[in-house]
Amino acid sequence: MLSRTAANLFWMGRHLERADTAARLLDVGQRITLLPNTASGYQNEWNSLLQASGSADLFAEKYGEISQENIEEFIFFDRDNPGSVMACIEKAREAGRIVRTALTSQVWDALNMAYQDLRRIERTPRDTLDMASLTDVTTSHTSTVRGAINATQLRNDGWHFMNLGYGLERADATARLLDVKYYVLLPRIEFVGSGLDTYHWQVILRALSAHRSYHWAYGGDITAGRVADFLILNGESPRSLITALYEAVWNLEGIAKRYGDTVPTNARDKAREVLGRLQAHDIDMIFDEGLHEFLTWFIGEIGTISTLVHEDYLLGGS
Amino acid sequence: MTSYNEMYEGSQVRDPYARLSQWVETMPADFRQMKQAEAEALFRRIGITFAVYGEGGDPDRLIPFDMMPRVFEQAEWRRLERGIKQRARALNAFLRDVYGRAEIVRAGRIPARLVYQNEAYEKAVVGVVPPRGVYSHIIGIDLVRTAKDEFFVLEDNCRTPSGVSYMLENREIMMRMFPGLFRGNRIEPVDQYPDLLRRTLESVAPAKCHDRPTCVILTPGHFNSAYYEHSFLANLMGVELVEGQDLFVDGEFVYMRTTQGPKRVDVIYRRVDDPFLDPLCFRPDSLLGVPGLMDVYRSGGVSICSAPGAGVADDKAIYTFVPEMVRFYLGEEPLLQNVQTWTLWKDDDYRHVMENLADLVVKEVHGSGGYGMLVGPKSTKEEIEAFRAKIEADPGNYIAQPTLALSTCPTFVEEGLAPRHVDLRPYCLCGDRIELVPGGLTRVALREGSLVVNSSQGGGVKDTWVLSE
Repeated sequence: MLSRTAANLFWMGRHLERADTAARLLDVGQRITLLPNTASGYQNEWNSLLQASGSADLFAEKYGEISQENIEEFIFFDRDNPGSVMACIEKAREAGRIVRTALTSQVWDALNMAYQDLRRIERTPRDTLDMASLTDVTTSHTSTVRGAINATQLRNDGWHFMNLGYGLERADATARLLDVKYYVLLPRIEFVGSGLDTYHWQVILRALSAHRSYHWAYGGDITAGRVADFLILNGESPRSLITALYEAVWNLEGIAKRYGDTVPTNARDKAREVLGRLQAHDIDMIFDEGLHEFLTWFIGEIGTISTLVHEDYLLGGS
Repeated sequence: MTSYNEMYEGSQVRDPYARLSQWVETMPADFRQMKQAEAEALFRRIGITFAVYGEGGDPDRLIPFDMMPRVFEQAEWRRLERGIKQRARALNAFLRDVYGRAEIVRAGRIPARLVYQNEAYEKAVVGVVPPRGVYSHIIGIDLVRTAKDEFFVLEDNCRTPSGVSYMLENREIMMRMFPGLFRGNRIEPVDQYPDLLRRTLESVAPAKCHDRPTCVILTPGHFNSAYYEHSFLANLMGVELVEGQDLFVDGEFVYMRTTQGPKRVDVIYRRVDDPFLDPLCFRPDSLLGVPGLMDVYRSGGVSICSAPGAGVADDKAIYTFVPEMVRFYLGEEPLLQNVQTWTLWKDDDYRHVMENLADLVVKEVHGSGGYGMLVGPKSTKEEIEAFRAKIEADPGNYIAQPTLALSTCPTFVEEGLAPRHVDLRPYCLCGDRIELVPGGLTRVALREGSLVVNSSQGGGVKDTWVLSE
């Protein structure tokens, strides 16, 4: 497969997942702000979200003031924000257009429909839109694309690159969403273990559509330890770090097996190593080490794996 | 000026259109609008779009599709086919000649100046004979009809003629929407085109290639207006669609960058123009090409289709000599006629044209796509005078032709069927054999009375049928 084709499939997966994350982030923020809080809370919490997604500076520069409308515009529509839903869907569709020959018509169809629909919404007056429906529209489109990929794409190297993109992005995204907790709570350490704390954890679960499954998995109350365990170390949880990383490893193994010994496998080796270290952790160790520190380490490792994928496969051996 | 209507002879419907005529007559009133919307949705969904440079607006514009096909009888088509193949043979013979011994110039049949001072003449490939001596592998010859048995060649496209994806998709969509029209197999299929193209490309693999040749399509990228066509053809042929950045030269060969390392490429069907092929040989500022590609080409490590320099054969100035080429190289009389053409660098022609500007079509020698032309009878006095000044400044840059009474084909408009002018571009493939599929792209000028069918100028397309016996 052409390196450029593989790169586009990989980034198509990443951008679709990233669009999904942006929409979920909006949902987290929305729910947090519904909470009765201190007078300045509203501002702080949106700011925390922007911090966690790494786009606080960009927002401050362009909009300055934090308001519901500005945030919505920035996270959902703004093409200057490379992580906005619109920018990600546009980039995913562009990547898909470039590799049309590697996509089934159903996948292209779903991708194109997502883009056209968002463009339609983009032209709608903002005051007739509500945030919940924006999130719903996004996740429903990204699910449709994902479903078309699963149902119709050949299980070849292209498949592995697409899913590798999804896997690495998802690992990164869940880590960042968890890190929102750190930014939100850091200034008010006295809240830890309070009702507000529990509410925050619950919001994160909801944002990941994992509210129900958490209860199926753990039964009882929502506690920091259990939620973190669910989202980091539980191999049954579909968006946990360990599941996302396991899938990345599985796809890298698939590529390595298909290509044989003549092609480097540094990305696979690194991903295996990180997975090994994750498996050796339990949740107490993570809290002892510091959740934020642990997540920072993990996000860094995902970045390294991405770079190695690039070096192993996407430069074309020249 | 009355035009030949392809569907009628007097008030009688001509035989090849009998079935279509019946179809239109029994069509329920709102059926057409419904189907038109359906067709548009299909085109939009499969992503056939055509970007027009410099117009702003929707970058994903659809070319209007007309549901009323244009029909040829078997005998009409066979005549055209023979004429097109003959012309394709002559054009390739000419290219072989002007990059070799240039017999036609020595014999005084074509002025040396027109060949050697031509912008498209590539000194870099003089003496390089491509495999099988074929320079132009896909030739799109634009034809117009003026009477039942009168066809004229308007233009030869020897470099990278586009539009073949519309020929294939128009048929696909017609078959999908109106299967009833196709039952009984009277309409000859065109869908073998991608296989023929692939076979043609493989048949001109370089001598250094010993295995099954690896062919690729080279595209300028997804911002190009014909990108859809490039990906469509790559898809149907099962070959890689590459950009310049995907290729590199190492030693005597060209390779593409793949996830499994470098892979050798033997035949490049390029859809980028000569000046962009190789920054080391042509434009140094181009990012579209492959550094060193021309060296590999010259030493026989890769085939480029069409060959660099093939453009010298489809120039509007050279065009006037194609009938001469047929006689000179093939010793035959041309089966297809040229449109009468005045070349403004000749004094007599210049005088005649300047006196009759209002009746003529004047074109820039190197222009394309309906840009930079004057259609005398459709222009205002001011437009004509403005153009006259341009010609005076550089007469050598222009040719002129009479305005032909282009045939019309019934076309769906708001009120129903109405005659609109059409042309035809069949695609001739030249490799170890010369072949073309029975069909082509019919372009239609959608504005009433307009003679300009170019897609960049608001033209549409329709399916082209060749009926079997």
